[in-house]
Amino acid sequence: MIALDEVSHEWGEFCLKNVTFSVDRGEYFVILGPTGAGKTLILETIAGLHVPREGHIFLDGKDATDLPPEKRNIGLVYQDYSLFPHMTVEENIAFGLKMRKIAKKEVEINVQSIMDSVGITHLKTRFPSTLSGGEQQRVALARALVIDPAILLLDEPLSALDPRTRESLREELKRIHKVRGMTTIHVTHDQTEALSLADQIAVILEGEVIQVDTSFKVFNEPVNERIAAFVGVENVIKGKIVSNKDGVVLVETGKYRIHALSNLVEGEVNVFIRPESIIISEVRLKSSARNSIKGKITNITQLGATFRIRMDNGLTALVTNQAIEDLGLGVGKTVYASFKATAIHMTRR
Amino acid sequence: MSITKTLSGAKRQRLSLIFLVVGSLLVLFTLFVLFNMVFRQLVLDLNGFLEAVNDPLVISSILLTLYASFLATLIAVVLGTPLAYVLARHDFFGKNVVESVIDVPVIIPHSVAGIALYALLQSRSAVGTAFYNLGIVFEDSLWGIVVAMLFVSTPFYVNAAREGFQSINPRIERVARTLGASQWQAFYKVTLPLAIRHLFSGAVMAWARGISEFGAVIMIAFYPMIAPVLIYYRFTTQGLKGSQPVAVLLILVCFVVFMVLRLSTKYWERRK
Repeated sequence: MIALDEVSHEWGEFCLKNVTFSVDRGEYFVILGPTGAGKTLILETIAGLHVPREGHIFLDGKDATDLPPEKRNIGLVYQDYSLFPHMTVEENIAFGLKMRKIAKKEVEINVQSIMDSVGITHLKTRFPSTLSGGEQQRVALARALVIDPAILLLDEPLSALDPRTRESLREELKRIHKVRGMTTIHVTHDQTEALSLADQIAVILEGEVIQVDTSFKVFNEPVNERIAAFVGVENVIKGKIVSNKDGVVLVETGKYRIHALSNLVEGEVNVFIRPESIIISEVRLKSSARNSIKGKITNITQLGATFRIRMDNGLTALVTNQAIEDLGLGVGKTVYASFKATAIHMTRR
Repeated sequence: MSITKTLSGAKRQRLSLIFLVVGSLLVLFTLFVLFNMVFRQLVLDLNGFLEAVNDPLVISSILLTLYASFLATLIAVVLGTPLAYVLARHDFFGKNVVESVIDVPVIIPHSVAGIALYALLQSRSAVGTAFYNLGIVFEDSLWGIVVAMLFVSTPFYVNAAREGFQSINPRIERVARTLGASQWQAFYKVTLPLAIRHLFSGAVMAWARGISEFGAVIMIAFYPMIAPVLIYYRFTTQGLKGSQPVAVLLILVCFVVFMVLRLSTKYWERRK
């Protein structure tokens, strides 16, 4: 459906370096990356608003690199909504249809039905400046959807909204995608958004696409330390493989040994463990978890509903408030950090 | 309670109060200069003023001033709008130089501008001859006046228009493009309506600047006399008594015209 082949471009302080990925028809594709990584630039390039300095863009198998935006049939929604301030809600939504020279009656019917479907009919005659952020974003969405685009591009569509509105619009996006089944590319820096919406995730750092995978793989099996740090895999331990018996690997980290599952046989490796995969206990656990490592708590930080515990064995765990109280956890206390061999992801260093 | 509150409020606002008093001196200065002249004329020498109003030469010079400046503004709008848009939207090598060049007429003395224009456009020069063959003469003609006014008023229009275009988020144009608008359509359906207020007030500024021009015009076209030239001529031949009535009439006409324009933009905005 959409394919980018070695696309490179510079634009002010942003750049893209050999960006290559493809999106299947009907897929919900999320581009995840920190602010300033070049995410918006990718979307605008797909929309045809920039011609890349190098590389090609294919739409439906045809080279569309030089195709102007008005010929691509792509809907675009920006974080700041970018509604036309001199037009009413109705006129904003009708704009794309008018550009297509569609009969007035038909325009009216289409605009009405899209307004009904995203729940903004009561705002019809209002000007954008009188709307709340959530309302404006619904109008922007309606304006993009009414032209029945082959591809919908969403540039941080939820980032400027308050948490409640964000959640309801996220569900709305999910519903729209389910109903219309249109190919969607959604750019965000928010991991929750990526996890709850994406079929596939591309992680972009400093203008480079580092990993394209399912959300499970991106969050549990990052291909390198930079992605691990970005997706919240807080435990990255350097080690060396000592042995591999039928896929069960023993890794020497210097202070302790870790059992993991891997087909790597030897060499220097990075061991990745998500902090929520680590169980904290007062005594060494007798359980199916193959690893149970002793350590002293050095730091406890509250992160909303959970707490992050750092230990002097170099491990970081996430626990609930209840666990802190039940176990009487505090700085200086000696505990055991346990995790399953299957919770570990390993890459060659 | 409320008195102490007001007092402490005044105390906290002391800086603003002092600035207000100091700043109002300038406003008073401007008002007093103009008011003094108008008052003296209308109260102490109303007959002289009425004579000027009934003088066909005075009326035709004022109309000529308004008309010539209107033509100059029209040219500035037609040529300046695309220039302002490019300056607002694109970065290119030498952009700073272009922007400085646009501002040059504001900085140089206007008699100098007049001399430069005369040197370029007089009938004996190459450029002047070329225009002469097209039937356009600048020396002592309407076109000379228009060219001089255009030279000095261009920066006022271009800068206002550029600021207007800059105030529009380019993303709005980009969205219009994805919705099926060509570059032209995005410009006249989205950008132009959003910038029109800036363009209009820039045009009004340019027009006002053209009307007030004297130094550049007199170098290239003493005749036909625009109002500022007529005022100067009467001042040198008849002194204050002959020139002041014309000056007062010009001020009043300009005042009325600009009030009407201002109110019409206000009305226009309210309707939106």
